[in-house]
Amino acid sequence: MLDVSNLKVSYGAVQALHGVSLRVEKGQIVTLIGSNGAGKTTTLRAISGLLKCSADRVAFEGRELRGMPPHEIVRLGVAQAPEGRGIFANLSVNENLEMGAFIRNDVDRVRQDKKEVFELFPRLKERLAQNAGTLSGGEQQMLAIARALLTRPRLLLLDEPSLGLAPQIVQTIFKVIREINQAGTTILLVEQNAHMALKVAHRAYVLEVGRVAMEGDAKELAKSDQVRKAYLGGH
Amino acid sequence: MSPVSKLDEQAALVMPDRGRAALNALVTGLACIAAALLVHFVVGSMVGPFVTRIMLDAGVMIILAVSLNIVNGFTGQFSIGHAGFMAVGAYVAAGITYYSSLALFGSYQAQTGLISVGSLIFAASALVGGLAAAGAGWVVGLPSLRLRGDYLAIVTLGFGEIVRVLLQQSNPQLFSWDETRAASLKELVPPPLGGAQGFQSIPTYTSLFWVALFVAITLVFCFRLKRSSEGRAMLSIREDEIAAQAMGVNITNLKVRAFMFASFFAGVGGALYAHQLGTALRPTDAGFARSFEILIAVVLGGLGSISGAALAAVLLTVASALMIELGPWRMVLYALALILIMIFRPGGLFGVKEAWEVFGGLWRRKAVAR
Repeated sequence: MLDVSNLKVSYGAVQALHGVSLRVEKGQIVTLIGSNGAGKTTTLRAISGLLKCSADRVAFEGRELRGMPPHEIVRLGVAQAPEGRGIFANLSVNENLEMGAFIRNDVDRVRQDKKEVFELFPRLKERLAQNAGTLSGGEQQMLAIARALLTRPRLLLLDEPSLGLAPQIVQTIFKVIREINQAGTTILLVEQNAHMALKVAHRAYVLEVGRVAMEGDAKELAKSDQVRKAYLGGH
Repeated sequence: MSPVSKLDEQAALVMPDRGRAALNALVTGLACIAAALLVHFVVGSMVGPFVTRIMLDAGVMIILAVSLNIVNGFTGQFSIGHAGFMAVGAYVAAGITYYSSLALFGSYQAQTGLISVGSLIFAASALVGGLAAAGAGWVVGLPSLRLRGDYLAIVTLGFGEIVRVLLQQSNPQLFSWDETRAASLKELVPPPLGGAQGFQSIPTYTSLFWVALFVAITLVFCFRLKRSSEGRAMLSIREDEIAAQAMGVNITNLKVRAFMFASFFAGVGGALYAHQLGTALRPTDAGFARSFEILIAVVLGGLGSISGAALAAVLLTVASALMIELGPWRMVLYALALILIMIFRPGGLFGVKEAWEVFGGLWRRKAVAR
């Protein structure tokens, strides 16, 4: 579904990605783990068009995404819930969700999709009229995911959904991520919380200073010594 | 109102029902005209010339502040050259009415009566002035709105100065149609708009009716915009550009559009300003001082708040009219008031909200306290 080959991104003179290649198969959850500054967010932003990149290939369902502006990439079916949530703090929860449906004209389907989103995140329904900035961190993350879902993506890019959240909320978020995937949305998940990410993912890539250091089946990577030592706090 | 019914109501709003939309537009238009007639004849007959003058000034200021709010308040950009666009509209409209009056009526005196050929030419010229300003907005906005943050401020500031200098270079005004017909190409290019001496004797068509009408149109447009999907997208740019892009918003495109809307109404406001009794347009009208006044009204009202910008525009106009006898002390009081407001209400009078949302909130809170 998504095929990225030799992706390179530079911030000025500093090269952040030195040729990252990865594949996401339809129906899977693929996770990108690694420490701070490994280039996880950069990879996502390059895919969604928010950053300029050079690559041999960034193809989504066979279509080349390189050079395409982000607002067109969304229309192809690639949605992103940005890092730090990127919710519209001074707009109400409902307005935030409406922004998720910005690219759509099918009013009836949007309403139906909203209902489904409320089933995933009942909390949001209670807070519809509230300013999004007044939500708790967990609720904001839920809103960011819900908003991205309303674009009706086939591929959902999630950037650090567990960032700064209490362990219990993280559990909830990951439960929902799995549900979204089971409902048919492919997910590329960027996470520092390798433990949780490897649990839900089918495949995983380990990023180290802008390169893919390891890749493979998520369950197997979780067992490997190297990953356990570096990312799972094992000995 | 329960959240669900609110959703239904919004769904109904975007329902693609053309007949209903047309009817809606017609009713709104008639309501605007009715309101303008009411202001012109009823309120106008109750107040003297001094108050009328303040009302005209306040109306123009409302149009300018509310339109700048589309850029600075909705999309969160920082334009400080609004007077430049106003001046474009003012000079274009004044040029049209002045020279067409000379040609058609043989004099620059305004025709009497609320609706006359002259006043219709004036209304059309105001729209042309607005379009010219919107065109200028497009030219300025397209390259500079790709840039972030302070660059737009610098570019718009520069634009105002460019307009000012260009207007200074315009040819001396011609005072009769014979003179105009006999003029050589050299006297007509650049256009005879008075240069540094200013553009005088503009027919005085600006009345309470026209000001009220254009204020009403501006307000209706802005409120509709704010509630529309496009307006919400503008607000989302202000909130978080990256997230807005991730939602599929073409941010450059929308910023340019916001900029053109704002410039259009600034141009219309300029046209109304130009045709007031006793106005001589001067190149300095395009300058920073005027832009700054408009900016203050927007910031004072609360960035993003339409009713806030409108109220602040009225307050500032009334205050500066009342303090006119204080001479230089006026500016001191003006500045002091601004400082105090920024200390006690740093988000402006209403913040990003509208007046009724703020007061509605207060009322609800009190009700809960009881």
